[in-house]
Amino acid sequence: MYLTSEEERILKGEFGEGTQKALELLVTIGDAYDAEKMIPITRAHAASSGQEGDLYFVELLANGGAHCKVPTTTNPVYDTEYFDKLFAAPRDEAEVARRVMEAYERVGAILSWSCLPYLAENIPLFGETVAFSESSATPYVNSVIGARTNREAAQSALASGVIGKTPKYGLHIKENRRATCLVKVETDLKDEFDYGLLGYYVGKQVGYGIPALTGITRRPNTEELINFCAMSNTTGAISMFYIPGFTVEAATVEEAFQGAVSEDMVSVTRRELDQVYEELQTTSDRMDFVMLGCPHYTLKQLENVARLLSGKKIREDVAFWVCTSATTRMLAERNGYVKTIEKAGGHVVVDTCIDEPCWIAYKEKVGMTDSPKCAYYRRFKDVRVASLQDCVEAAVQGK
Amino acid sequence: MVLKCHRITNGHREGEALVSREPICFYLIDPKTGIVREKNHELMGKNVADKVLVFPSGKASSVVQIDGLFKLAMHKVAPKAMIVKDVETVLIVSAFIAEVPLVDRLEKNPFEVIHDGDLVEVNAEEGLVKIKKQGD
Repeated sequence: MYLTSEEERILKGEFGEGTQKALELLVTIGDAYDAEKMIPITRAHAASSGQEGDLYFVELLANGGAHCKVPTTTNPVYDTEYFDKLFAAPRDEAEVARRVMEAYERVGAILSWSCLPYLAENIPLFGETVAFSESSATPYVNSVIGARTNREAAQSALASGVIGKTPKYGLHIKENRRATCLVKVETDLKDEFDYGLLGYYVGKQVGYGIPALTGITRRPNTEELINFCAMSNTTGAISMFYIPGFTVEAATVEEAFQGAVSEDMVSVTRRELDQVYEELQTTSDRMDFVMLGCPHYTLKQLENVARLLSGKKIREDVAFWVCTSATTRMLAERNGYVKTIEKAGGHVVVDTCIDEPCWIAYKEKVGMTDSPKCAYYRRFKDVRVASLQDCVEAAVQGK
Repeated sequence: MVLKCHRITNGHREGEALVSREPICFYLIDPKTGIVREKNHELMGKNVADKVLVFPSGKASSVVQIDGLFKLAMHKVAPKAMIVKDVETVLIVSAFIAEVPLVDRLEKNPFEVIHDGDLVEVNAEEGLVKIKKQGD
């Protein structure tokens, strides 16, 4: 790969060890893909987590004096003090989480701890070159916004944030952004829950690729697109997709394929979505907790929860959690949604997600969620997946 | 037999080959022993520690994949080296962080020329893979 004289000097360690390590990683990736050179990015999102692999790299950079050159936001970890008051998180893991958060602060990241940075804390524009890790973030910024990012790991995104560059490969090259398979949607999609099921199915069927979806007649809303992104990039590796007419980069199917439409085709009817739904059910009749907000709930979804819980009481033997970002919670507080949810007995928790070790107390418990992703990760004994309305109803009635 | 390959991460190591035709998720390998515990996986019950691992590609989310290989390295039960068919960013980052030599683009199909138990030398620096002794 061609390197500028400044990049050569960074690799020699003239700007400190942290910056050197960051560029070493980017050059390794660039060479693996035969990238011709590095290109500038304007922003990054590092999918931080309370895990040791993540801790090792962010501390390596922070201790080596590296500092983010472009705005770089962070993913949920968890506030150990908050959870300490509720139930004992394992000491070792809590210490990892605390150190991860502290190291991201030292490396100069924006401490958003949000998995939807593209909605509030770090918003790319059409055509921007960025480095965004996180399952929903990568496909959302590529497809819905039309910025350009590869499917980054937390570490490669952080390294890009520190250097302000990424190797030019993959989705940074127009030809690589063409659709690879056609997905015919032959059913009406009702709501964001349906879009989650669709994402689950498409990710499984397509695996690694860029699907172009046809048959969607109503403009999908933000929450629906978020759920499709999060699920399709969890059961599969979908970094980008097209819904010609609604997503920004191609107005027609032919344009999405940059020419001849692929013969590779998947069709989705209500039967496939019902099958996914059945797959996500459990046989348990017990219910100990409800977990909402994977991906993080938006303000609109918090309003929905508040409306459904208004004047009601969650059963005492059911713990009720909603995960969101600090930014969103602030507005939800201002609008009275948090108060309504708390009055009913629920919690609105920030800076964390269902896949963090802080939920260890529920490891052997049975829960309910509107997120297929929550069930997919198998962090809990048993999880039933249903729509937001059904989850709230079950929390109030206990079944 | 000496074959050319393409270096992804650096290193020069030798070990016994362990071949998987299925993609590998490091998170589903026991971090303390290196024994594969993924149900229905062809390597289920086998140990990757100190092996030259030959597999088509990685799988699973970036967070779990990177943490998985890193934990194996922390407990000194990571593979000695890895030979793959397809690389993607997450696998590259995993190998970089765990400091395991990783190569791809072997000039012959690795699944045809390398078998379980072969003694294999991976010289990522020079882009060479030597199959030194056939296993049983």
